[in-house]
Amino acid sequence: MFPSRYWREIPQRYRLEAAKCTGCGKVSFPPRSKCPKCGGVEFDEARLPEKGVVKTFTIIRVAPSQFVEQAPYAVGIVELEGGVKITAQIVDCPLEDIKIGQKVRIEFRRLQEDGCSGVICYGYKCVPAL
Amino acid sequence: MRDVAVIGVGLSEWGELWKRSLREIFVDAASAAIADAGVDRIDSMYVGCMSGGLFVGQEHLASLLSDYLGVASIPACRVESACASGGVAFRQGYIEVASGMNDVVLVGGVEKMTDVGGDGATYALATAADQEYEVYHGVTFPGLYAMMANEHMSRFGTTREQLAHVAVKNHRHGAMNPKAQYPFEVTVEGVLKSVLVADPLRILDCSPITDGAAAAVLCPLDMAKKLSKKPIVRVVGSGHSTDSIALHDREDLTELAATKRAAEKAYKMAEVGPAEISFAEVHDCFTIAEICVIEALGLVERGKGGTAAESGLTALGGRIPVNTSGGLKSKGHPVGCTGIAQIVELTEQLRGESGKRQVKGAKRGLAQNMGGTGGSTTVHILEVE
Repeated sequence: MFPSRYWREIPQRYRLEAAKCTGCGKVSFPPRSKCPKCGGVEFDEARLPEKGVVKTFTIIRVAPSQFVEQAPYAVGIVELEGGVKITAQIVDCPLEDIKIGQKVRIEFRRLQEDGCSGVICYGYKCVPAL
Repeated sequence: MRDVAVIGVGLSEWGELWKRSLREIFVDAASAAIADAGVDRIDSMYVGCMSGGLFVGQEHLASLLSDYLGVASIPACRVESACASGGVAFRQGYIEVASGMNDVVLVGGVEKMTDVGGDGATYALATAADQEYEVYHGVTFPGLYAMMANEHMSRFGTTREQLAHVAVKNHRHGAMNPKAQYPFEVTVEGVLKSVLVADPLRILDCSPITDGAAAAVLCPLDMAKKLSKKPIVRVVGSGHSTDSIALHDREDLTELAATKRAAEKAYKMAEVGPAEISFAEVHDCFTIAEICVIEALGLVERGKGGTAAESGLTALGGRIPVNTSGGLKSKGHPVGCTGIAQIVELTEQLRGESGKRQVKGAKRGLAQNMGGTGGSTTVHILEVE
């Protein structure tokens, strides 16, 4: 992971920065230069809501090298309040307890490490919400 | 636009080919297709390849391969659209012949996947997903399709056993295909006991890592009628559509909208509907993929794909045989080559050359080739004159 590639996504990964189209109100995450719904090019800054619902998920048993030590782990598609969907790990609960429709919220966590001397990568994960 | 025919097809050996290089297997397949076509020239060439760079450290493939094929001066172009690279290459060749720009066009596909280890292959394949917003979070390709499977099961009542039946059926077909990488049968019990990769998908739900190449020669229909002594196979429909590559950006996670749109275009062009298709080769990179694809193609109703393999509907002898070659699952899945290999199966079936797995009275075949989790799809319909 080149530092520049990692650094560019920090506003989204650390601060959940999104963009809300001033024309149609659609929220894009990550922000885009052109609204995928109406083609608009002007946006207001927005922050993703932190609460959502698990739409679907899986337990990764055979993991990429930088995630091997975490396996098995859960990854899901979570629909946040307002409708934006994200892919994120679901943590802090037994794997067998994860269900479609479960309420979760976003927390800031360490995600992966690029070897023993590379970038330590942070970002969002989801945890069960009451 | 001119009518276009497929006048020659060829496959290389498939499997884990430690002794063979990418350029060698491509030349094998292309030479076989040229010999089958009986042409003495190639005007132009398209090659589908997903990732020569990551799998064998080689780009600039079209020039390299035209050189090694002995046609170094022709215009040649490599086409990339992840696992749909082959299907898109076929469509580009079709458009070139239909337009009148050139007469004899070779379309090929190649992938040499076993020069890297499992982790290297996982990395290369994952580049077909969104690197920053999917792969970054630890999801793999089996993981993305597993999430589609879980949604399909929860929403439509599709069962774990029904997924297994797709693998059982395709291995039964593949066992009759001398070119298949894994030409043996599996049982539902065997699939359900195989190692979990990403719940609910197990290793026998997944297509393998394969080295392989495929090629087809296209020319105007009139020329084919003069040249060919074999039954003439005509391209009657072509559709191509794209979608977001991030699965989470789709309104509906299991609908495969790009496949649906590409199919609509191909059916319209061919002036037929799903009921008039005799057999289909579809992109079963995972068992759940075949279920979602046959729904998107309209071969079965939405949500009913799960019962198709179990009931025999999509087996040889059923109403609409799917993946008579063994599919990606049993025949193998050299990613950028797959779309052309599907055309090879369609052409051989339509000519009546498929031996034990021949679809009786095959008149019209459909090939659906998909990149990533459905971010790109081509659908082609071929008909025998």
